[in-house]
Amino acid sequence: MNEVVISVRNLTKCFGNFTAVNNISFDVLRGEIFGFLGANGAGKTTAMRMLCGLSFPTSGSGSVAGFDVMKEGEQIKQHIGYMSQRFSLYNDLTVGENIQLFAGIYNLSKAQTEQRSCQLLERLNFSSERNTLVGALPLGWKQKLSFAIANIHEPKVVFLDEPTGGVDPLTRRQFWELIYETAEKGTTIFVTTHYMDEAEYCSRVSIMVDGEVRALDTPRNLKREFAAESMDEVFRVIARGAKRCD
Amino acid sequence: MGFSNFFAFVKKESLHIIRDTRTMLIVMCIPILLMVLFGFAISTEVNNVNVAVVAPNRTDGVEEAVDKMARNNYFSFIGYIDNSEIDKYLRSGKVGAVVVFDKDFDRYLAHSLNGIPVKPIIQIIVDASNVNTAGSATLYLQNVLLDKASQQMLFETRLLFNPQMKSAYNFVPGIMGLVFILVCAMMTSVSIVREKEVGTMEVLLVSPVRPFKIIFAKMIPYFLISCIVLILILLLARYLLDVPMSGGVGGIFLLSLLYLVLSLSLGLLISTIAETQVAALLISAMVMMMPILMLSGMLFPIENLPTFFQVVSNIVPARWYIDAIRKMMIQGLSLLDVWKNCLILAGMTLMLIVVSLKKFNDKLE
Repeated sequence: MNEVVISVRNLTKCFGNFTAVNNISFDVLRGEIFGFLGANGAGKTTAMRMLCGLSFPTSGSGSVAGFDVMKEGEQIKQHIGYMSQRFSLYNDLTVGENIQLFAGIYNLSKAQTEQRSCQLLERLNFSSERNTLVGALPLGWKQKLSFAIANIHEPKVVFLDEPTGGVDPLTRRQFWELIYETAEKGTTIFVTTHYMDEAEYCSRVSIMVDGEVRALDTPRNLKREFAAESMDEVFRVIARGAKRCD
Repeated sequence: MGFSNFFAFVKKESLHIIRDTRTMLIVMCIPILLMVLFGFAISTEVNNVNVAVVAPNRTDGVEEAVDKMARNNYFSFIGYIDNSEIDKYLRSGKVGAVVVFDKDFDRYLAHSLNGIPVKPIIQIIVDASNVNTAGSATLYLQNVLLDKASQQMLFETRLLFNPQMKSAYNFVPGIMGLVFILVCAMMTSVSIVREKEVGTMEVLLVSPVRPFKIIFAKMIPYFLISCIVLILILLLARYLLDVPMSGGVGGIFLLSLLYLVLSLSLGLLISTIAETQVAALLISAMVMMMPILMLSGMLFPIENLPTFFQVVSNIVPARWYIDAIRKMMIQGLSLLDVWKNCLILAGMTLMLIVVSLKKFNDKLE
């Protein structure tokens, strides 16, 4: 389990005079649930976009799933999954059609598509909903489906951008069970969140402030280091000095 | 990377359109509505104009001329009236035009000098409250009355290509120029911007599908729908409005396909500018529609525009398209005869595609 899946060295992104991401370095291992925290405007999204091959770093280096973020953005895209807070499926397509679309996007064969969609629907207990329009599903179900579909091509890393925004606590709980299950199979989870109780579930947590990674460790070590009761307290202590926010 | 993901997208886009029945109906109905509206309701052509005649002497010559007019479908002969009643009839709207024959009509007709009557022998009094109708009624009335004896007129007017001055002939190319921009540009831009707004575009961009594939997959179903609309319009034009299409349907169809592609690329360009669906809608409806209505020659002849707008009209694609379609539909020119228009439209299409793809890619960074 010590294979490095994401490796980042001195990654920097500037927009004009503004340094959105300043010289960050970290490694994420296979099967880890890596919590990527930071206040709004701290540079989380920019960093994540670079890792997803959507934006080129100004300097520094990094690799995701064995591909260079500078040169191999297209290969990276083939080997990662992505799910954002904003709902990422099509409401006017059925559950089955959404699955097929994303299977098609990742060039899965017909047999693979059929096998994986059955698997996926069974795991979520959705088998009876195959022909339901996604728009008719409750939000919690949609999020779970969205996560499952982000995994349809069995990517090495799944990026989750505030995946549980606006979801009730019970569903969030179920959602995290799904994340654990996936991580146990060896998929690396890279997740941003604003919920500090979710930060407690992560294997390791990094906290970004003003474009820099200010802390990176397991939740337990962080709490000890900052003599805090909870991750919430840790976060507040670290983010107190932030100059940027929106 | 194979084509399978491309087809997955085409399928998805088609499903979006099919599921959205309301939009689909609107897209199909707007062209039909416009065609019927412009073809029948809003017309400047002469149709059933009531005509009264004042003739002091009902000679053979007069009777013959009146008879010819009465038999014409475009005029209804009300009857002979007295000189003093002209004003009353016109004011009350009972008639749209009054034809007054000279009391010596026959004699002057016979004594014409080298085929030219020595003085005017027919007076046409027209209700000009609707300038367009009045103008065409006058011209057509002149044509009908003196058609056989045209050598006896002071000048000879011959209306080529559209002798009845049917307005449908004029409007059909205009409607085509308008509808395709509406259907293609508006629908594609709104559908692309919708994905930006909802957030699905983000997911697609993180996927290994190249952006241009996403875009082209979006265009294909709209292109097909537009083709159906095109066929519908051509059928309506030919069989409902009797537009001649003397230049050959094939050429009209080909040129229209080029115009469809142009409209689609315009939609793509709009989608790179607009951030919200409403903005996309406004840009395509207002910014596109106004120039098409005003500067394309659809409603007003370009020659009548102030010089400044004449120059501006050159960059309105609809101008070149409508001009070419009019020539092919009514004048009977072939596609080769309008090569200049084709070339300009092709150039514009290419430019639009290049600019919008570039803008689209820049946006991603």
